Amino acid sequence: MTTGYADVPLWAAIVSAAFILLGAGLSLVGAVGVARLSTFYDRIHAPTLATSWGAGGMVMGSMIFFTAAEGRPVIHEILIGVFVTVTTPVTLMMLGRAAVYRDRSEQNPGALPKETSVDRADTVSNHKGS
Amino acid sequence: MTAILPYPLLAVGLAFMWLALGGFTPGHLVLSVLVAVAASHALRALGEASPRVRRFAAIPELLGIVLYDIVRSNVAVALIILRGRRASRTSGFITVPIRLTNPSALAILAIVLTSTPGTAWLDYNSARRTLLVHVFDLVDEAEWIDIITNRYERLLLEIFE
Repeated sequence: MTTGYADVPLWAAIVSAAFILLGAGLSLVGAVGVARLSTFYDRIHAPTLATSWGAGGMVMGSMIFFTAAEGRPVIHEILIGVFVTVTTPVTLMMLGRAAVYRDRSEQNPGALPKETSVDRADTVSNHKGS
Repeated sequence: MTAILPYPLLAVGLAFMWLALGGFTPGHLVLSVLVAVAASHALRALGEASPRVRRFAAIPELLGIVLYDIVRSNVAVALIILRGRRASRTSGFITVPIRLTNPSALAILAIVLTSTPGTAWLDYNSARRTLLVHVFDLVDEAEWIDIITNRYERLLLEIFE
């Protein structure tokens, strides 16, 4: 692994740098969004910038750089993208459902659609049933 | 065949992952097969039903649509955040009736809705078969229901049911 990474062709360096900057930039925008948005439900949208094209851009940059540097296809980074994509919904759904549950049980006004009183009855009966 | 490999796609995926990370050598090839078989049996012990793909041809179409939507919604959400509070924007909840019942199909729909910034899967009501989604930039409720139903769910129904 003592390959001289200085030998990377200029085009590959530029393209991978562009992808990494794009990914890092989108992650930063996502972080800014978490800080600036006002409600919980708005905020859960911001980190998905980092988990979709934020991670995707950095993975692409890495694949292009190391493929060019080592002169053979290096694509195992794509697994990072796959696992980030597949596991993000688990966290987001858990947070989202916790927030919905809290708002419904505290009956916070204005947040959720009107028919939630019926849904809530369903959810409660489901929990008792299981 | 199903006795040795109850989940062929999972086994192939695991073996591929092992070789991609470890390098393609005879030793790793043997190890990857062992890991794939062992993991398949561990999953069968958990009692998961193997998802049956009915129409493979629809998978690339769904993948293309989703990748395109991820790029588009990334740009849209990033612009809204950068514009800050001056922008007038309403976010809100929509309730979408869902025909999908297959757990694998629902899981993929959850991944799709989560990966595209701007839509967040909140709650699936299995008794009413409705899905509560939060939309970041809600202009027209019917339009979003149409996107989820006709753009994603239609293809997932073709693939799985």
